[in-house]
Amino acid sequence: MSDLNTKPNITAPDDFYATLLAVHEGKTKEESDAINARLVLILANQVGDADILNQAIALAAEG
Amino acid sequence: MLDFDDRYTLAHKIYPYEKHADQDKAEAVRHPVVVVGGGPIGVATALDLGMQDIPVVVLDDHEGIGMGSRAICFAKRCLEVADRYGCGEPMVDKGVVWNLGKVFHKEGQIYEFNLLPEEGHKYPAFINLQQPYFERFMVDRLRALQAEGKPIEIRGKNRVDAIEVKDDHVVLDVMTPDGPYKIEADWLVAADGANSPLRDMLGQDFTGKVFQDSFLIADIKMKDVEFPTERWFWFEPTHGSGASTLLHKQPDDVWRIDFQIGWDVDRKEEMKEENIRRRLDAMLGDVEYEMVWSSIYTFQCKRMGSFRHGRVFFAGDAAHQVSPFGARGANSGMQDVDNLGWKLGMVLKGQAPEALLDSYSEERVYGADENILNSTRSTDFITPKSEVSKTFRDAVLTLAAKHEFARPLVNSGRLSVPCVYDGLSLNGPDSLPGAPARTRVGAPMVDAPIGDDWLLSMIGNRFILMTIDADAPESLDVDGIEVTRLALSSKDNPELAERYLGEAKSAVYLMRPDQHVAARWAHFDTASVNRAVNIATARA
Repeated sequence: MSDLNTKPNITAPDDFYATLLAVHEGKTKEESDAINARLVLILANQVGDADILNQAIALAAEG
Repeated sequence: MLDFDDRYTLAHKIYPYEKHADQDKAEAVRHPVVVVGGGPIGVATALDLGMQDIPVVVLDDHEGIGMGSRAICFAKRCLEVADRYGCGEPMVDKGVVWNLGKVFHKEGQIYEFNLLPEEGHKYPAFINLQQPYFERFMVDRLRALQAEGKPIEIRGKNRVDAIEVKDDHVVLDVMTPDGPYKIEADWLVAADGANSPLRDMLGQDFTGKVFQDSFLIADIKMKDVEFPTERWFWFEPTHGSGASTLLHKQPDDVWRIDFQIGWDVDRKEEMKEENIRRRLDAMLGDVEYEMVWSSIYTFQCKRMGSFRHGRVFFAGDAAHQVSPFGARGANSGMQDVDNLGWKLGMVLKGQAPEALLDSYSEERVYGADENILNSTRSTDFITPKSEVSKTFRDAVLTLAAKHEFARPLVNSGRLSVPCVYDGLSLNGPDSLPGAPARTRVGAPMVDAPIGDDWLLSMIGNRFILMTIDADAPESLDVDGIEVTRLALSSKDNPELAERYLGEAKSAVYLMRPDQHVAARWAHFDTASVNRAVNIATARA
């Protein structure tokens, strides 16, 4: 089973975070929710591996 | 003359009531098997048992086949079962095969797909065919078997009003136009439909999820219009209220349109022709058509806890119900019969213990759960139950319009495929390293061309030892069960090699009478095969 990477892996974390917030600027709650949903699906496809995705979903649910 | 009203209109009155000698006997006559219900599942049961020379009586409270297209999508496995009963070919000859599907969201098409069927199968992945045709071909076959002397009876206008279950038989109170009579059966198959009166009479549970939704179905015949043979599915169509609309073609230039119209509808109002036409006109535009049939139905996803209750078996909709998405109703019912027929046959012939019959419930409950799961998932996608599920659903549809990666997530009903009985009691060893997963132990066989014939036409109705590039005796007697060899070669047969050998150099497969894989090895070994036959018949 592949393991979810819980170590830092994002190149330029501050830039990523700023880009993530910027895309939501001026959007309604509904539009933002739609963007987030699409983003989850796009990233999930990139990951592909069911083991990793299941671990990621479980980790997100932990809060 | 005493009579009772039909609950529905008939398309074909083909087994009119006739008084039977049983009705005048002072004592109830005992039959080995009585089937209650003359729908597709009941008739298929009669074909299976009759072909095994087991006397079977079908009781139906009507005198023929009900009107209306109803189940219109018959999948490959179901057709293969029908083929084993000798009536698959007319179904495919009459049916419509389509490969191109289009998916719409709101006003526009978001993408189309081609099913690109795998080559080397006798039967297509599925056909569209009105249910009365499907039933008619089976009853035709039943009549042909009767003419050959097979011990099958079908009695129209014989309504079961009461049942008494004894330890070793059941007693039925049957009502006819000539009044009531009693009949006894060693074994009873209840194939009396979704509202199964027998299930109620026996006080059996039927639990699950009721979906609060209704569908308006309209069958229409286009006038002077060449409509393509494609399946069109709309999510949230703008042409009328409702969560989804499905359009697909049936034989005789008839088109089926399913409008999902929600729960709080005035059925009487919706069924008025002008209101149905209003929906159709909004969808089809300026097209002339005549209306053939229409109906409204609601659905549930439910199953019984067990499909065997002593001497009584439940099959088809009586045992389990699913949503219509994915065509898993009639298709899975045919698989119930496929599963029950040979087991009941072997027990009646004294070749296997009654314990074998418990495996019917074990295997088909497993199948029903898989079908309910798939159909529930489709339903959740088509009619999202929460705000967040709607957000994700819409995200999938938005992405699918532009990006291929999201299309596998679009779920407008998955093709009905038979389940694999993974890890269940009748499975023998899976000892063929490098072999394909799709033909693993518990799986239904995958067809392949063999010369001018088909693999599935050569296997079924008894235990077969299929060898590929391997030696084995021509036949074996395993404590009264005959196992016959089918010797095949992978030379010049890439489909057979790909589907049954994979990386393996040779193979020995033990096939059940219902064309499921019971065990597989690289080489023949008497003790191993004997043991696997005993496991597959609940004798070990």
